[in-house]
Amino acid sequence: MAGQASTGGAKRGFSVPQIPKIAVYIVGFVPAVWLFYEGVNDRLGADPMRYLEQALGLWALRFLIASLTVTPLRQLFSVNLLRYRRALGLLAFYYAALHLLIYLVLDQGLDLAAIGADIIKRPYITIGMATFIILTPLALTSNNAAIKRLGGQAWARLHRLVYAAAIGAVLHFVLVVKSWPLEPLVYAAIVMALLGYRLARSFTKKPSPRRRPA
Amino acid sequence: AAPLSATKSPLSATDEKLTSRKDITTYNNYYEFGTDKASPAQNAHTLKTTPWTVKVDGLVAKPAAYAVEDLIKESSLEERIYRMRCVEGWSMVIPWVGIPLADVIKRVEPQGSAKYVAFETAYRPDEMSGVDTLIPILDWPYVEGLRMDEAMHPLTILAVGLYGETLPNQNGAPIRLVVPWKYGFKGIKSITRISFVEKQPETSWNKQASNEYGFYANVNPAVDHPRWSQATERRIGEGGLFVKRRPTLMFNGYADQVAQLYMGMDLKKFY
Repeated sequence: MAGQASTGGAKRGFSVPQIPKIAVYIVGFVPAVWLFYEGVNDRLGADPMRYLEQALGLWALRFLIASLTVTPLRQLFSVNLLRYRRALGLLAFYYAALHLLIYLVLDQGLDLAAIGADIIKRPYITIGMATFIILTPLALTSNNAAIKRLGGQAWARLHRLVYAAAIGAVLHFVLVVKSWPLEPLVYAAIVMALLGYRLARSFTKKPSPRRRPA
Repeated sequence: AAPLSATKSPLSATDEKLTSRKDITTYNNYYEFGTDKASPAQNAHTLKTTPWTVKVDGLVAKPAAYAVEDLIKESSLEERIYRMRCVEGWSMVIPWVGIPLADVIKRVEPQGSAKYVAFETAYRPDEMSGVDTLIPILDWPYVEGLRMDEAMHPLTILAVGLYGETLPNQNGAPIRLVVPWKYGFKGIKSITRISFVEKQPETSWNKQASNEYGFYANVNPAVDHPRWSQATERRIGEGGLFVKRRPTLMFNGYADQVAQLYMGMDLKKFY
């Protein structure tokens, strides 16, 4: 599989117990199921719609960050979680889609005029929507058939858009809050560190010889 | 919370369903105790509200440090049911217990040169878990202000209770301001100082982001917050997950009583 082609030369690291990938999806959807269950039973506080909306968005960001930690974990600590990266990325997309769906249906009540005005006039909504649009082709090509069709290099280039999505996601978070509370800034710092690591490495490491996708 | 006896006021909004006590006391913006809506209810118990003095100073004939009981004792407590519209786009209906601010102002006899009233919240790092953060959320202490005619308006009250009992700490005990036609952040909590001044005083949120939060902060569906619309609001406790937005009313529905205060003012400029 092309997604794993680059692991060939990696050092043998900690042996991570092999969990079936389906388990990542099952565990990954626990927060969503729990949130909807609590929401339907009116246990999400005084403003349950807003709580659900924000919590789903936060989980999207968390899974996006998790997918971005796979490479540094492998390169720095020889922990190889590559086989779970697709699941983490897709979970980020699914949570982003649920977050968007709550915004469109429950928050705005499908008021298309209000939604359109939001997208045009509110930078944090514009950025959030752009982030979702960026994530969509990545989710659609997160399968073996798409990798084969695009070719490994083109696929990898396309999937570098995840860096833009990560920046968009944290900007969306930072811009929606009043003043400068710590939480969005912590997420922003994590994303900056993960992207900064890649930038620094691209300067210091000689490009490795191209490998052909399998 | 101790029971308070209060007379019903004809100035109450009586056609609205009250927001539950639980929602009013667990969903709060009181950043001195953390920025999460649930934080004040969890953390504000550390604030010592007795004894409590309110310093009255500035352009006033009777400046003094008043015990809060003395400040309000000559007025009889009234129940005032008011809509409360937060600048974030949600609203509640709250049965406050309080006295007209005008009563207190008349008693301390401001000088003719006093054009504004400035307020200050307690600043106690030892008792407030949210003021000592890495990046200060606001320039503490929290300060607010009103024009004299706004402060003297019969709708403007100093609240000491809600739902017939003394205020819980997270709602601004022991004494707070309530100005129902303005966004909630104007309702400064746990007041320790009232000053009578000649110039428009600084206000906390205006200092934090002057393009987003003005001195007046009148509820106005036609003037959006730069980052979100103010045309609609979600009434807390209404509909759960399936809450329906309702249109926000000019001056939060109090236009008949207060619009004349702003005659001839460009409300887009003086937001």
